[in-house]
Amino acid sequence: MPEFIVEWLNQNDIFTAMTLMEYWDGLVTTVQLVFLSLVIGLVVAVPLAILRTVKNPFVSGPIWLYTYLFRGTPLLIQLYIIYYGVAQIPGIQDTFWWTIFREPFYPALLAFTLNTAAYTTEIIRGAIVATPHGEIEAAKAYGMNWAMRIRRIILPSAARRAVQAYANEVIFMLHASAIASVVTIVDLTGAARNIYSRFYAPFDAFIFVALCYMALTFMLVFAFRKLENHLLRHQRPVSS
Amino acid sequence: MKKLMIAATTALAVMAGSAQAQDRDLRIAFDVPYEPFEYRSDDGELTGFEVELAEAMCEEMQANCEFVIQAWDGMIPGLLARKFDLIMSSMSITEERAERVNFSEPYYITPGGWFARDNFNTDVTNMDAMADKTVGVQRGTTMDTYVTENMGGTVNIKRYTTAEDMVLDLEGQRLDVVFVDYPVGEQTILNREGFKEVGEPVKLGQGVGVAMRKRDRDLTKEVNAALKTLKEDGTYDDIMKKYFSYDIKI
Repeated sequence: MPEFIVEWLNQNDIFTAMTLMEYWDGLVTTVQLVFLSLVIGLVVAVPLAILRTVKNPFVSGPIWLYTYLFRGTPLLIQLYIIYYGVAQIPGIQDTFWWTIFREPFYPALLAFTLNTAAYTTEIIRGAIVATPHGEIEAAKAYGMNWAMRIRRIILPSAARRAVQAYANEVIFMLHASAIASVVTIVDLTGAARNIYSRFYAPFDAFIFVALCYMALTFMLVFAFRKLENHLLRHQRPVSS
Repeated sequence: MKKLMIAATTALAVMAGSAQAQDRDLRIAFDVPYEPFEYRSDDGELTGFEVELAEAMCEEMQANCEFVIQAWDGMIPGLLARKFDLIMSSMSITEERAERVNFSEPYYITPGGWFARDNFNTDVTNMDAMADKTVGVQRGTTMDTYVTENMGGTVNIKRYTTAEDMVLDLEGQRLDVVFVDYPVGEQTILNREGFKEVGEPVKLGQGVGVAMRKRDRDLTKEVNAALKTLKEDGTYDDIMKKYFSYDIKI
């Protein structure tokens, strides 16, 4: 570390090398938790969104119910139910599942994944439903079957329409992950709470962590802007 | 509460002629439930050792007291933000806290106790045996500081905001053992099936004091005087005997 930072740290009660390491570990946990839940959530959401647009109510109905339930209840409640609820199932402690659910990370990952998958399903479904009829008719005229239409026409076109709304969902998910600290996970917020309770300095502990979240958010915004520019380049005026 | 208000106003009326009588309001913060110090009885009334002691103290100080419920996390910030004037919520006196608030003389001290499920047979003082164990503490308590400093690198520490969440995870086998304020463990863990005390209770810190803002120096003196009177005239002992079978007086 540069000399002046070390010097500044030495005359500082709260932001010592040790507490900065706690923040760093918290940052790693937050990024892991959010990244994994978003990736799994997206992988689950794409097929669900496609099936949600199918006319057969026995296929689309259960998916509607799932998104309705998970978008209709607070994430905190979902996390409590999964974290504490699972531990109350009689005999679960003796099964293989307990090795996974004993640690708070996996119940939180499950709650976050189910939650973001529900929102993402609806985002993608909206984009699929909004596909212009002309595109589908043209695809049919070329003799493409359903699967081929989905793969070649509907999904690429829907992805372009969904990317802006999905960027918001990613940022909301990052911010929502702050509640992981209520089930003893030491994420960024958990680190801030631990440090705050040790030094009784709420402003220092929480403003620092707010800046960390802000930096992460700006990185996400930047990445999605690049992605949008790439996906939507056909919409740019020729002159630019 | 109503009874207290009547008592306080009566006391004020009687003292009306005296120059010392002051008609002033004090707000005292508690974090409930923290049995048997402050909790709601079956009919919803706020009660407990500290609540009754606070009532007696207010009477002694001739003040109109209002009781405020505040979660532990926001105790000191709430005091500094003038949401209330006194904290009587089992706040142990520590150097870090004393930099932010004034403490009265301590009014009780209790040890921290180890509690676990019946099948737990590890010696909690044996660091080698504890190496892979998970210990639960309440975040920011003296028990948290003790475990962090003495066992930090060895055991896996999980920090909770409330004692209930911690007991739930002990019951659900996510925790092997919890280290908690002894009376709390006695009330919330030992009176349930399948749990026991392990190891010896550990005396921690300098006891519990009333916390006030730094600038309220006169109030600190008054609180000290009132507590001293209560400890000497037997009121303190009477209240203590209602809630404890052992001595917590300091």
